[in-house]
Amino acid sequence: MEELIQHLAPLVKEVVGYIYPNEIELHWGLLVVVYPYVTGLVAGAFILASLVKIFNVTELQPTYRMSLLTALAFLLVAPLPLLAHLGHPEKSFAIFFTPNTRSAMAMFGFVYAWYLMAVLLLEIWFCYRKDLILWAKQERGLRKLLHRIMSLFSSDVSERALRFDQKAVKAVTLIGIPSAFLLHGYVGFIFGSIKANPWWSSVLMPIVFLFSAIVSGIALVLLIYMIATPLRGKEMDMACLNKLASYLFYAMIIDFSLEILDFIHRVYESEESIEILAALVTGKLFISLIVVQLLLGMLLPLGAIAMAKMLQMPSDLKKMIYFVAALLVQVGIFSTRWNVVVGGQLFSKSFSGLTVYKTTFLGLEGLLVSMGLLLLPFLILYVLFALLPPWEESKVSLEGS
Amino acid sequence: MMNKTAPSVTGTSPQRRSFLKTLALSFAALIIPGIVVARDKLDKVKDWVIGDGYRPADHRWGMGLDISKCIGCGRCVDACKKENNVPLEPFFFRTWVERYRILSNGETLIDSPGGAINSFRADAPEETVLRSFFVPKLCNQCEHAPCVQVCPVGATFSTPDGVVLVDAEHCVGCRYCIQACPYGARFLHPETRTAEKCTFCYHRIVKGLAPACVEACPTQARVFGEVEKKASPLVRFLRMNKIAVLKPFLNTKPQVYYTGFDMEVR
Repeated sequence: MEELIQHLAPLVKEVVGYIYPNEIELHWGLLVVVYPYVTGLVAGAFILASLVKIFNVTELQPTYRMSLLTALAFLLVAPLPLLAHLGHPEKSFAIFFTPNTRSAMAMFGFVYAWYLMAVLLLEIWFCYRKDLILWAKQERGLRKLLHRIMSLFSSDVSERALRFDQKAVKAVTLIGIPSAFLLHGYVGFIFGSIKANPWWSSVLMPIVFLFSAIVSGIALVLLIYMIATPLRGKEMDMACLNKLASYLFYAMIIDFSLEILDFIHRVYESEESIEILAALVTGKLFISLIVVQLLLGMLLPLGAIAMAKMLQMPSDLKKMIYFVAALLVQVGIFSTRWNVVVGGQLFSKSFSGLTVYKTTFLGLEGLLVSMGLLLLPFLILYVLFALLPPWEESKVSLEGS
Repeated sequence: MMNKTAPSVTGTSPQRRSFLKTLALSFAALIIPGIVVARDKLDKVKDWVIGDGYRPADHRWGMGLDISKCIGCGRCVDACKKENNVPLEPFFFRTWVERYRILSNGETLIDSPGGAINSFRADAPEETVLRSFFVPKLCNQCEHAPCVQVCPVGATFSTPDGVVLVDAEHCVGCRYCIQACPYGARFLHPETRTAEKCTFCYHRIVKGLAPACVEACPTQARVFGEVEKKASPLVRFLRMNKIAVLKPFLNTKPQVYYTGFDMEVR
């Protein structure tokens, strides 16, 4: 308690105008920024994998399994920032057992469990089942045991069984796309349905969240592919990179259009809150919204990818452009989450003043924990890559066994 | 002897059977009122647990605030903090008072230093003050409470007598309700780490007492009472004044009513 008071006391002097006295404490901080960012990556990576399966995009085949594992690694971390942010994490199970069905947030447990259990794990299992069985046959010791367990001790690699696997993957993907939409659209709804907050309250919010999720997911898979491939001493597949960059470009165009639509709509309607929101955007959010999210995170990478597509240039330069663009997109999307979550709490609901948010370095809500939570999925991914290598050459053919 | 009488009992004659029947019925007649009385007693015990015969469903509470009467002394803020163990630091309030000063250049100055617990300083702005008034704020005990809607575990709920309460035992501290409240009336208690808000001093009203802020107000700017019963001072307040609520467009249906505030108040 003392710590909180010491943190809040100096903030009072930085308030501009009038805020309700209870608004000095900013309630959803960095951890709640990390949460939608991470779930966005999950949804985006999964949707990319689904595109490969449903539309049979052969160029993207090398990233299919990688996308699935990426989605899983980030999904496992997704609830952690929420848990760390709760006042009483020990009571969190109540959200599963005694949910208030009228609450958007109470659906979290069900949407999460559905996505993890019914979609992601199932798809990965059917996708890897044959390989798990064949790997286990060639291996010994702990690895063999792990692979046997992961295959749930199935051993049928008959043609009929494999055909069923294929069908099952297709079916799960078909359910998976709306589920991924649900997962992240739902996160957008949590914010979009708060009528008390004009910065959040928008029917576009779930859709904007969804498309920014797709953007960040594709960019993430692109980055992971571009880092993992040279690390394994392999050549990058240029056709695959070009295709990823194209998809990234299209998704960004849609995302950008939606955001512009939201902006124009707000300015045109010019409701009661417009003055305070204008003060917010041109003041406290100028750097993170105009500079980072819009210029660095959207327009610059859009322009760069367009250039790489239109102009003749050596493939190494193209790779460089893709890499930097994808990196900028990540920074931009993180900034987007920041601007929504923190931005929405920087103005008073009295519409008469602005407040401040200062992150701490240590502590649960601090910078260190959030950085750890952002690194953790990569650690998990490393382990997943080791246990379930997604590479083409790791697949074993039936004749070889 | 016992052995001799037992067989004679089993061979019951018709008269004896009807006698036994009547006997059973008479006993039932004795017992049934007992059961009825017991159920009645149980209800009484239930009432007694809440208050002296207090039945929530028989009431509907609300508050009226007369802006023209509020002098901004902050006694209500002080009384509330003391009555409800609200942390004394100026970041946590169940009720507070705002001062509005409308200047000749059209600007509006709004402040509430420390929630006005120590009233306001008489600092004169450079511009001429056209109008000035005080607005006490508290939880609006909305009939359509957004905080009740969003609570993921149902820890925040509406009582039958129209008060919105928080069950600290079930609150997980996610703060969604704080985000959903359009009036800034909620905070997270820094010690319990659960959501907190005005309860109309529920522990007092079930005993027939007025909330602490109402009791402390020296000018009767706060009027507490039943929304529907004719004899209530609140009904009189609602009948005699031009009434407004805060942010009516949000359709939260507040049960805290104001009279005499300007359009600057949000």
